[in-house]
Amino acid sequence: MTPILTTALTIGGAGLACGGLLALAAKFLAVKEDPRIEEINGILPGANCGGCGYAGCAAYAEAVLLKGAPINLCAPGGAEVLGHLADITGETAKVAEHKVAVVLCGGDVSHAPRKFDYNGVADCRAAHATGGGDKSCSFGCLGYASCSHACPVGAIEMVNGIAKVHRDLCISCGSCIRTCPRHLIKMVPYARTIHVMCSSKDKGPAVKKACKVGCIGCTICTKLAENESIKMAGFLAVVDYEKDLDSDAVIEKCPGKCIVRI
Amino acid sequence: MSELAIVSSSPHAHSGSSVQRIMLDVIIALVPAMAAATYAFGWDAIRLISACVLACVASEGVSRKWMGRDLGVEDLSAVITGILLAFNLPPSLPTWMAVVGSVFAIVICKQLFGGIGYNPFNPALAGRVMLLISFPVFMTTWSTWGIPAPLAVDAITTATPLGLVKTAIATTGELPFTFNGATALQLFVGNQNGCIGEVSAAALLLGGLYMLVRRCISWHIPVAYLGTVTLFSAILWLHHPQQNLNPGFHLLAGGLMLGAIFMATDMVTSPVTKRGMLVFGAGCGLLTMLVRKWGGYPEGVSFAILLMNAVTPLINRATRPRVFGAVKKKKA
Amino acid sequence: MGASTANFRAPGGIHPAYHKDLAAEQPIAEMPLPAMLVVSMSQHLGKPAEPTVKKGDTVLRGQVIGEAAGFISAAVHAPTSGTVKLVAAVATAAGPRATAITIVPDGEDTWVEGITPCPGWQTLDKKAIAEKIAAAGITGMGGAGFPTHVKVSPPPEAEIDTLILNGAECEPYLTADYRLMIEHAARIWEGALIIAKALEATTIRVAIEDNKPQAIAAMQDAIPAEAKDAQVVVLKTEYPQGAEKQQIFAITGREVPCGGLPLNVGIVVENVGTTLAVWEAVVNGLPLTERVTTVTGGPIATPGNVKARLGTSYADLVEFCGGTSGTISKIISGGPMMGFAQPDLACGTTKTTSGLLLLGPDAVQAYESMPCISCGRCVGVCPMKLMPNELSQFLEAEDYETAEAYNVMDCIECGCCAFECPAHRPLVQHMRRGKAQVMLIRRKQAS
Repeated sequence: MTPILTTALTIGGAGLACGGLLALAAKFLAVKEDPRIEEINGILPGANCGGCGYAGCAAYAEAVLLKGAPINLCAPGGAEVLGHLADITGETAKVAEHKVAVVLCGGDVSHAPRKFDYNGVADCRAAHATGGGDKSCSFGCLGYASCSHACPVGAIEMVNGIAKVHRDLCISCGSCIRTCPRHLIKMVPYARTIHVMCSSKDKGPAVKKACKVGCIGCTICTKLAENESIKMAGFLAVVDYEKDLDSDAVIEKCPGKCIVRI
Repeated sequence: MSELAIVSSSPHAHSGSSVQRIMLDVIIALVPAMAAATYAFGWDAIRLISACVLACVASEGVSRKWMGRDLGVEDLSAVITGILLAFNLPPSLPTWMAVVGSVFAIVICKQLFGGIGYNPFNPALAGRVMLLISFPVFMTTWSTWGIPAPLAVDAITTATPLGLVKTAIATTGELPFTFNGATALQLFVGNQNGCIGEVSAAALLLGGLYMLVRRCISWHIPVAYLGTVTLFSAILWLHHPQQNLNPGFHLLAGGLMLGAIFMATDMVTSPVTKRGMLVFGAGCGLLTMLVRKWGGYPEGVSFAILLMNAVTPLINRATRPRVFGAVKKKKA
Repeated sequence: MGASTANFRAPGGIHPAYHKDLAAEQPIAEMPLPAMLVVSMSQHLGKPAEPTVKKGDTVLRGQVIGEAAGFISAAVHAPTSGTVKLVAAVATAAGPRATAITIVPDGEDTWVEGITPCPGWQTLDKKAIAEKIAAAGITGMGGAGFPTHVKVSPPPEAEIDTLILNGAECEPYLTADYRLMIEHAARIWEGALIIAKALEATTIRVAIEDNKPQAIAAMQDAIPAEAKDAQVVVLKTEYPQGAEKQQIFAITGREVPCGGLPLNVGIVVENVGTTLAVWEAVVNGLPLTERVTTVTGGPIATPGNVKARLGTSYADLVEFCGGTSGTISKIISGGPMMGFAQPDLACGTTKTTSGLLLLGPDAVQAYESMPCISCGRCVGVCPMKLMPNELSQFLEAEDYETAEAYNVMDCIECGCCAFECPAHRPLVQHMRRGKAQVMLIRRKQAS
């Protein structure tokens, strides 16, 4: 019996001693933290999308309490999270307008061909930096899915070689916008559904050569759209998302077939 | 131009090397040792090598498909794992055990970690150690079956030479045999008992030479490994020649040559810097000798290399080269 | 006095197949004026030049058509006389678009007025020399295209003691600098004396790899009597011996600090082509309007070294060299190690177009990249002693902070790592993207 007893006592004793040390450490080395930080962190969606400008939800929670960050920065959380944050902090803020991302390019593989055979890293930024990108149009979606990979909620799908945002899944964090080397993705109000699906700054003939559904700068839509809600920016028609636009005429009359309702 | 020009980032030239070519070179380098194994153990060597290779390639193919990886088995790395695992098995091992070891090596130790390039441990060695722990009796039974008659007369048989030494020291406190030119030659040409791949130091060295020429390995790991073993055993031997065999024996016996030339040099699981390779090789040598001298097993090559595999990332980090230009900046 | 050999050996390096025999023995051939010239405003490192002409203007050869836009920038001159047909953004050889001026030559090739030769340059002070170089719009003609007038006017505390003329031309296929050294050794030496005067440097070294004995002999024979401490240094043939920092180390044993410039160790390196351009600019008063480009590669009918006006389209260069035969798989502006692949032959030459290389299907290896097998070859060949294997993995995971901590910014994009990589990983592309991203982050933090 003695060896068993000795063993049990030794191991048990060692265990007790270690446990005691851990307990002491937990007590004396504990980091003092405002319990509300943990509470806010629990309320935030936990997508860690970075849309608020902080490195994840925990950082934002800390910033709200310690650095006085505005409480309406969490786009994915919307009104619900804002309400909770207002309760905890006692601050008030207006709910930010519900916005969704849209990729302003409609030149999929059937409309805009490749101009060379790209061989390299399958990433839009890398492709863009190599020979200026392999798409015939130097402004269009390259289709290497960098935005789709960056999206924390899987709201961007690659369809026929270009990115499409599922607007009802989008949490408006803006991660995709930061990855697109061609700056094609815009955050637009959810209520606005008519878009010029082209971002080419080229002149009409060059656009036509590169893509079958590009904006050729004909300006027809700017005349049809109510209260100047589509304006020309150089050779490109651009929707002014601040204004209402709900005209089917602009869609039908666009010779480039690049104005669509999503 | 009808066909589109290829556009890629520079450089637009390549040395022409490929992973497949490296693997093929390693396989070619293993041929002499396979021949020696077949000569020494006959049918058993062929049986085990083919069983391991087939099992490895099959499980690699199946698991890659199953895990949805787009790479196939054409990089030949599974073939090497198969051969090396077989080299680490005793000739009398049942085929089914070899197959179990192969599947473990490929599926658990390689594919589950992410496939080629991502495995932290040498799959063949991990497979062998799994078998050694699971089936200790089978893994340490050394049959003399198959050793050609002319060589069997003086062959050091029935147990591995290292096993003999370990048992003798433990029981009688004396060396079981003396190590002289004749025994050295026996060990060198392949007339010893042991795992099928470790019999002939000569065949292994020949393969190592080929790999050096083809740049599949650099000299750093084998030299550091063998050098440390030599140094360590020389100190022991000079200190106490009655209890310790001389360095020549330690170099030629057991799995050291196989380990130093083929296992420790596995690219994936060894350091990338030259200094790191030296540290890695020295660590392997030290651990091998510790096990051989004081450990529970007669041979420590597998354990030594696996343990060093575990610290490879650490070695890489510690031996990061000083960046060219990392000097104090003179004010401009 | 014979040529001396390099004292030190820079780390890393590779031995690619050189293929220099294709064009090495072809004397420099002057190309007649093409039907059109597309002159980019982005011919150099730094800010593109500002166009000073518009559509319909007539220009004379040597007339400024683009003004330097800032400190690190250089003027661009009309390569011949003619009419401006278009001012518009076109793709540059490196990819991004930049404004370019399209000129239709009138065939007269009339020089602008006010060209003032200055054979007695010895009387000029260093400021005057730098001004003449700036007025001629000279930039580094070896690769990066750093404006030369900036290089020759170092801050006073830099104390430059050595001028190195880079004649290594370590890029495979290219032979333009080689031909220049053989055909214009004396002028290059005089150009070197001019630059040395501007720098107040007492020592001049000409670096040439040992696979170019003819160039070594030519430069050796032409060492001017008035040069106090001038030598030809023979470098071991190895890529990248032409890389500035490695070359400085090979010759002097001085290590340019990370993020620093050669002037931090008292050295300025000039390409031999640039040096010749400096001679033209100071002695003859001529701005930079043409350069020698090696047109080479398997599909080119008669490879050669062509002196062509800036803005000559690649298609015209190829035609001058007898056109092509067989399939063209890759079109490269520059050499195979650091050049830029082109989608077509539309681009025009610039001050940095050292070569136009066409590769057939046999010479093109596609990247079908595999996971890294940690062979360590990239670590062994990296001339900056970086660990490209690790860095590329950090960058793949978009961990720019760690990549920066492990010196991704010191990568010179020489391509040794990717050349050696058995897994065919696009290491340089990862580095390029990583460097761009780190720059972006740094700029964001600074603002």
